[in-house]
Amino acid sequence: MKILGLDSSGLVASVAIVENENLLGEYTVNYKKTHSQTLLPMLDEVARMIELDLETIDAIAIAGGPGSFTGLRIGSATAKGLGLALNKPIINVPTVDALAYNLAGHQSLVCPLMDARRNQTYTGLYRFHTNEMETLREQCAVGIDEIVAYINETGQPVVFLGDGIPVFSAYIQENVKVPWSFAPAHMNKQRAGAVAALGMKYFAAGRYESAAEHRPEYLRLSQAERERKEQQHTSEPENAKENPLTGTSETVNEGSRL
Amino acid sequence: MSENEIKILAIESSCDETAAAVVVNGREVRSNVISSQIALHTLYGGVVPEIASRKHIEKINQVITQALAEANTTLDDIDAIGVTYGPGLVGALLVGVAEAKAISYAKKKPLVGVHHIEGHICANYIENPDLKPPFMCLVVSGGHTHLVKVLDYGKYEILGKTRDDAAGEAFDKVARAIGLGYPGGPKIEKVSHEGNPHAMEFPRAKIEDGPYDFSFSGLKSAVLNYLNGCQMKGIPVVQADVAASFQKAVTDVLVGNAMKAIDEFGMDKFAIAGGVASNGTLREAMREACTKKGVQFYHPSPIFCTDNAAMIGVAAYYDYMNGQRDGLDLNAVPNLKLGER
Repeated sequence: MKILGLDSSGLVASVAIVENENLLGEYTVNYKKTHSQTLLPMLDEVARMIELDLETIDAIAIAGGPGSFTGLRIGSATAKGLGLALNKPIINVPTVDALAYNLAGHQSLVCPLMDARRNQTYTGLYRFHTNEMETLREQCAVGIDEIVAYINETGQPVVFLGDGIPVFSAYIQENVKVPWSFAPAHMNKQRAGAVAALGMKYFAAGRYESAAEHRPEYLRLSQAERERKEQQHTSEPENAKENPLTGTSETVNEGSRL
Repeated sequence: MSENEIKILAIESSCDETAAAVVVNGREVRSNVISSQIALHTLYGGVVPEIASRKHIEKINQVITQALAEANTTLDDIDAIGVTYGPGLVGALLVGVAEAKAISYAKKKPLVGVHHIEGHICANYIENPDLKPPFMCLVVSGGHTHLVKVLDYGKYEILGKTRDDAAGEAFDKVARAIGLGYPGGPKIEKVSHEGNPHAMEFPRAKIEDGPYDFSFSGLKSAVLNYLNGCQMKGIPVVQADVAASFQKAVTDVLVGNAMKAIDEFGMDKFAIAGGVASNGTLREAMREACTKKGVQFYHPSPIFCTDNAAMIGVAAYYDYMNGQRDGLDLNAVPNLKLGER
């Protein structure tokens, strides 16, 4: 089985091709140039080097969100265009799941932290049983205090990764009560290799969709929708802030129905 | 597949319409699929960029698949992919650009990036087989007001443009102010039929250092001031009269500048394009003014005035024949200038 992986959800742009137990090629760039200009040329470069015939891939795995709205759409539109042209399905791999999978096999709990702005992080909590990933908390948009409190309750060691670390490191140092560490440079950001490898598991389990159906999971409404919603619920305006976890997940459900 | 047929698959997502089309030899539209988001944006009184971008990504594959099916063709039979890469909303443009690049790459088909305004101008070629450059063209839409000399296919000289609001934008703002809602153009035109276009004399802006430039913000303010005045004095506002008088003022300015340019540059053909070009009052005023001068007048049907991909396919065809090719690094350019790449 051959899976093409794509991730343009954050600062990193990354493409990879995984065939069964082998990563055939990966191109990961963490530099300022826009993903719109780099993602396909990167795929072209890798494909050339491994003499990839695109027709031979079984599916396209994409980091399907959360992340930068624009970055997600560049990746998703690229995946959808490839899927349409090649008639291949898309595996929508939650961005935070794929981030965690960078640390497959780790003994500690794994907690990805993406900078979600607006005083939130896109995060989740995972535990590995060898390479099998157990989700303790599904990816969500919450305050750093929320996820740290949850980690402290488990009482277990944790390793953090993701572009949210520089933003939240002071808070972590002061408030995390369990043994903790930060993942090293080669595995602490998005990598399409992890998207493709985890995507392959999801694909085998039947978790995929058609290219036409695929859309990113933003975990957030647009600002206009949010403000409109707040206006409509002026009687209970601050609920979302007081209880970010519930507030956010409610919003997400309504958002995905739009 | 006939040997001398050049078939373009075109994609357009610069604002709030997700569109795809198949166009043959730059003139024959085999399909023209438009998925409009207007109903969604009406809730917000205008286009919300993030919502537009989200909708594009949900719809784009279905729209493309339908365009291919209606044209009774497949990607294998397509000669090139044309896509709008600017100007427009960057998040919206990026969806079409990324999609088009991926299809172009996977199917090894040439990619042609198209300027949205060039597309609007080219919409005139679809139903007017005799229309060829050079001609004068006025592009009027919600985002653009350009008076353009079309020198040749793909060659343009901008004579004038708006200094502030686009004509369509002024329609939207005035429609909102008099309680008609979004989108303003069609709503103002409709109520204007019941109103007196000479009920109020709103200003027609002239710009000293730009004889072909436009300005509509003063007109918009004049309407708002009039409405405020009525409210303060307790005079009832006759919606239809305000709409008709406003529409007349916009039309006068557009016709005036266009005719001045025709006189100055001695053009014998004139075309209008863009969403506002489907406004019947403007179209008839232009036709009348052109007829008086013995100038041939062209305009697209309303379906080709609104944002659509057929017009992008036409423009892409001529760019393609001129040798234009874009790479996998093609980016969306939200403020792309006409005639620049």
